[in-house]
Amino acid sequence: MSDVPPPAPRGGITVLPAGPDAVLLEVAGLGQVLALAALVRAAVEGGEAPWEAVTDVVPAARTVLLATREGTDLTALAAAARALAPALAPTLAPALDTKARSHPDSVRLEGGSGVVDSPRTAGKSHEVGVGSGLHEVGSGTGGHEVEIGVRYDGADLDEVARHTGLTPAEVVLAHTGMPWRVAFGGFVPGFGYLIGGDPRLHVPRRGSPRASVPAGSVALAGEFTGVYPRASPGGWQLIGTTDAVLWDPDRVPPALLTPGSTVRFVDVAATLEPGTLP
Amino acid sequence: MTPALEVLATGPLVLIEDEGRPGHAAVGVGPSGAADRSAYRLGARLVGHGDGRAALEVLLGGLSVRAHGRVTVALTGAPSPATVDGRPVGHASLVEVADGSVLTLGMPSAGVRTYLTVRGGIAVDPVLGSRSTDTLSGVGPAPVRAGDVLALGDPGATFPEVDHVAHPSHRPVGADPHSPTVLEVLPGPRAAWVGGWGGGLGGLLTSVWQVAGQSDRIGLRLSGSRVERARAWRDAELPSEGLVRGAVQLPPGGEPVLFLADHPVTGGYPVVAVLTASAVDRAAQLRPGDPVRVIPAP
Repeated sequence: MSDVPPPAPRGGITVLPAGPDAVLLEVAGLGQVLALAALVRAAVEGGEAPWEAVTDVVPAARTVLLATREGTDLTALAAAARALAPALAPTLAPALDTKARSHPDSVRLEGGSGVVDSPRTAGKSHEVGVGSGLHEVGSGTGGHEVEIGVRYDGADLDEVARHTGLTPAEVVLAHTGMPWRVAFGGFVPGFGYLIGGDPRLHVPRRGSPRASVPAGSVALAGEFTGVYPRASPGGWQLIGTTDAVLWDPDRVPPALLTPGSTVRFVDVAATLEPGTLP
Repeated sequence: MTPALEVLATGPLVLIEDEGRPGHAAVGVGPSGAADRSAYRLGARLVGHGDGRAALEVLLGGLSVRAHGRVTVALTGAPSPATVDGRPVGHASLVEVADGSVLTLGMPSAGVRTYLTVRGGIAVDPVLGSRSTDTLSGVGPAPVRAGDVLALGDPGATFPEVDHVAHPSHRPVGADPHSPTVLEVLPGPRAAWVGGWGGGLGGLLTSVWQVAGQSDRIGLRLSGSRVERARAWRDAELPSEGLVRGAVQLPPGGEPVLFLADHPVTGGYPVVAVLTASAVDRAAQLRPGDPVRVIPAP
């Protein structure tokens, strides 16, 4: 085994082992992850071998995990995954490359045995050059569109304005002015890492995380925006709040934001006529 | 009368678990399910009902239930000394409990999780297609408490075929209690970060480990040594990526974490190996302080 890290795959798919019932597909960056995840989901929904054995498709910053039923022939699945590479190539654009880095200070939950990522840490993880171009990647891949009404009353709105050089009103216009896309989920049920919005909104996470961020908080970190589905610790910059229900186990699907879907934020205050506020 | 179990007392933790809920990891919900899947499945086979019905996962004994109606049960996993109305009953055996009789589980002599499988299954409402409690995401039924009355399902048209099986303990009866439990692994996606298979996975395969105190259904931490990264990867950082049950993850301190049923769906540290399915089941029965060796799967 080489002692030197191999270069990141370019236009190809590296299939990595992930135990008896999974393979991990690695690509060059987040743009390719979105495209690959869309191809894989379509194949799984198609229901043909070997894709019918896939139970979970988990996109992340540079990888897509395929988890399967027990006893699945992973060799056949790896071959089928590699065969998707040509379909992936057209989406490879320099603007979509990721120089993704890790989350070295990931938080520990539940007595410390689980080391997981959270918005406390993920915000500084990726530098993805995604502007409006990202919106086109994966378009027509079945993701739905979601509109989320927001009261832009977040505790960090002024701080975000200082970081970006915008006024608070301009931050709101930037956040609502361009559609976002759900890149991947994680952290807690219903949380989505949204990318592809206005690049002027890239801000660092807070210097010290809050012990509890209220449910429905709309926040920024790195090139991501996200909505906290429930009260949880968090280090993202809070710009607003929403009444949207991000997670409802009795709903189908339970998550409002699923990977691949498009999200438009709407300023609730701007839609009210003057004088209607209490 | 619908058959049911009335819960009189619980020990540290009693959860309802089944095969779990795959299919929701992309939105942050892991598969969960019984931590020791083979023990759970053995219970389902003993009582003769189909796959996927929910059982009780009893941590370190202490459960006491009264039967409403005559029920058929089996105890598998960690061997708890169990009684029905004070009379001892066998492990990994079919046990009939008469209407009004009380089944009580003591502290297991080895292992930590005993499965109480009741013919028909625990009939709570499923969430996202499963009756499992996921302690990480909070999805699924609440932990079982004294006073609960757990309705049982219709057992269907299949029936028990055996009365007793030799119970496949993770630690055979009579084994030296100080000999390490052996866990088999396959290479993980980031095995190269610790020098790969040939390099003994940076010491993972050559050390004797102890199970650390902070261990639960999410995972358990091994202590007593350190896994060293290969030189070229010493300062490498990993963007978060999908995790599987059984993943052996290496945080910066070098003490590996073995992820169990309620693992997070993604993680930001390298996964250098993955336990085989049966090794995950054995890992789920380990106690803090237990010695562990990790070897390559044959």
